[in-house]
Amino acid sequence: MNDRLREAIGPWFGDFGGVFMAEPLMATIDELSAAYDELRDDPGFWDEFSRLGREYTGRPSLLTEAKHLSEAAGGARIFLKREDLNHTGSHKINNVLGQALLAKRLGKTRLIAETGAGQHGVATATAAAYFGFDCTVYMGEVDTQRQALNVARMRMLGAEVVPVRSGSRTLKDAINEGLRDWVANTDTTHYLMGTVAGPHPFPAMVRDFHRQIGEEAKEQIVAETGSLPDAVLACVGGGSNAIGIFHAFLDDPDVRLIGLEAAGDGADTERHALSISKGTPGLLHGMKTFLLQDEQGQTRESHSISAGLDYPGVGPEHAWLHRIGRADYEPVSDKEAMDAFLELTRREGIIPAIESAHAVAGALREGKRLGSEAVLLVNLSGRGDKDVATAAQWFGFLDEDGSDE
Amino acid sequence: MSSKTAAAIEAGGGSALVAYLPVGFPDPDTCVEAVVAVAEAGFRVIELGIPYSDPGMDGPVIQAATQEVLDTGFDLQTVFDTVQAVTERTDAAVLTMTYWNPILQYGVDRFARKFAAAGGAGLITPDLTPENAGEWLTAAERYDLDPIFLAAPSSTDARLASAVQHSRGFVYTVSTMGTTGARGDMDAAARRLAGRIGEAGQRLGKPIARCVGLGISKPDHVRDVLSYAEGAIVGSALVTALREGGVAGVAEKAAELVSGLPSASDSVS
Repeated sequence: MNDRLREAIGPWFGDFGGVFMAEPLMATIDELSAAYDELRDDPGFWDEFSRLGREYTGRPSLLTEAKHLSEAAGGARIFLKREDLNHTGSHKINNVLGQALLAKRLGKTRLIAETGAGQHGVATATAAAYFGFDCTVYMGEVDTQRQALNVARMRMLGAEVVPVRSGSRTLKDAINEGLRDWVANTDTTHYLMGTVAGPHPFPAMVRDFHRQIGEEAKEQIVAETGSLPDAVLACVGGGSNAIGIFHAFLDDPDVRLIGLEAAGDGADTERHALSISKGTPGLLHGMKTFLLQDEQGQTRESHSISAGLDYPGVGPEHAWLHRIGRADYEPVSDKEAMDAFLELTRREGIIPAIESAHAVAGALREGKRLGSEAVLLVNLSGRGDKDVATAAQWFGFLDEDGSDE
Repeated sequence: MSSKTAAAIEAGGGSALVAYLPVGFPDPDTCVEAVVAVAEAGFRVIELGIPYSDPGMDGPVIQAATQEVLDTGFDLQTVFDTVQAVTERTDAAVLTMTYWNPILQYGVDRFARKFAAAGGAGLITPDLTPENAGEWLTAAERYDLDPIFLAAPSSTDARLASAVQHSRGFVYTVSTMGTTGARGDMDAAARRLAGRIGEAGQRLGKPIARCVGLGISKPDHVRDVLSYAEGAIVGSALVTALREGGVAGVAEKAAELVSGLPSASDSVS
């Protein structure tokens, strides 16, 4: 680990990443790569990107110390990076604005996106409305049902939402469908990948649009506590919010980086989304990474109460950080996440996205382990408005259930 | 060391029909009968599609068929069994078209060895482009198999040259920018692309056949394609015929398409 880890720009992160796409998309991918290589060094682009962050998203996002939550975490100090306060309700908007600017420069008139929980779809539909793009969002049919409110939001914003009925009818199949659309419409269309996955340049590019999360948080927490945190925690599905907050700390070896994967029914069951903890290296969606697959190389279905973490792969940079031991990836079950969801809601008056509740659960666990001296930084990647129905059902808060808390 | 695929195309006077059928669809035995029927109708090259959970290049007809095979449980051994059964009963060159992860997990060398032993001719690899194919190219050489890469209308000259250089048997020429599925009209882009591949072959001193895939469903399409390319690949139309009419249905569709071959009047009854 002599080289600065922050400087990895793909296409390969160690043995992971690459470009495993069908030939009809290669020219488009190459064009996108070249365009991004140029933009990376274009201060004008980053100025515009920062301005949108400030004036449209609401950046920098706050850092909030969760003082009451601390009691449930062994007395450890917990700081929440408030990506939930961003316009559209999650970190997803950061990447969407970056790619929308890029798509504009490429002369594209249409955006397509996949979405799981709907956060990325909503963010993309929002950017499409703002910049004047046509927009189609692919969403697994299962997810359109559990996130009906976000489907309505996207349609309200003028996007077409296409329920995907193939395969497992979740996020991975939405990506397949999005890629199919792209191959047929590359002239007009930019595929706005919502996470740090897929073929290069997506993993590096999406990370670069989210790295401001960690850069801001690092400054904020040092200003607040006078030093770096002991650990940085974030949930990992594809891994965009996690890499966004990890990246600023990659070359600070004393800061532990902990990614929380969704363990669904439990790490010892068959129903989980533990791509790193339980997966093996393989190919999915144009990248080499850890994934859930059977011995025949067929992708296995993942399971999580959180649609945004319900993905059987993970971004290649995470696969690499795991392989070299720079970051640890730990499981959080549906139950642990929902317990943490309620702790944060009741103690701090902050309703997190169920995705982000996985990170909170990790912080509670780590706090109890490290004790009151510890300082933990948690990426609160999204807010829980979209999850009210799921959570109400989980906790039995709905009157028609006839139950009371 | 010689290409079974190239030999099969040459045996048809340099014009061949290529059939795509998913392995194990609708069941392994019927699949074998369907492939044999298609070969007997006059298709000289067969592509067996390996069912995969995330088939980024397949259109709805083929995806529905491969999903059904996966749902009933699929094992790569079925590929070897099917190849062996077909090559014992016909002279067709039998390729497999496969997304790469199943092969990667099985072991590239191990797959190539067993596939060659079963009588297979080569592999078409939609999501493995030449720059990622080092291990496969080594295995292909070791077991005398044809590596077949894709070329698309959007491919740059450099990428076309790479596809020509690393392919043996033919270059898989994608005729439209969309994913697979029967299309009413052939795309003029395919003609231009076949021309560009031909020029690349001349520049490299490596003439290679061009088989045009994606969108062929009628004898007229076959006639058109074979006026500028060496092979016409038919997928969705055969899969639909097999689904709707069984082995007899796919045999009938195959015979109809064979009537589009330039040599139809003198070589095939």
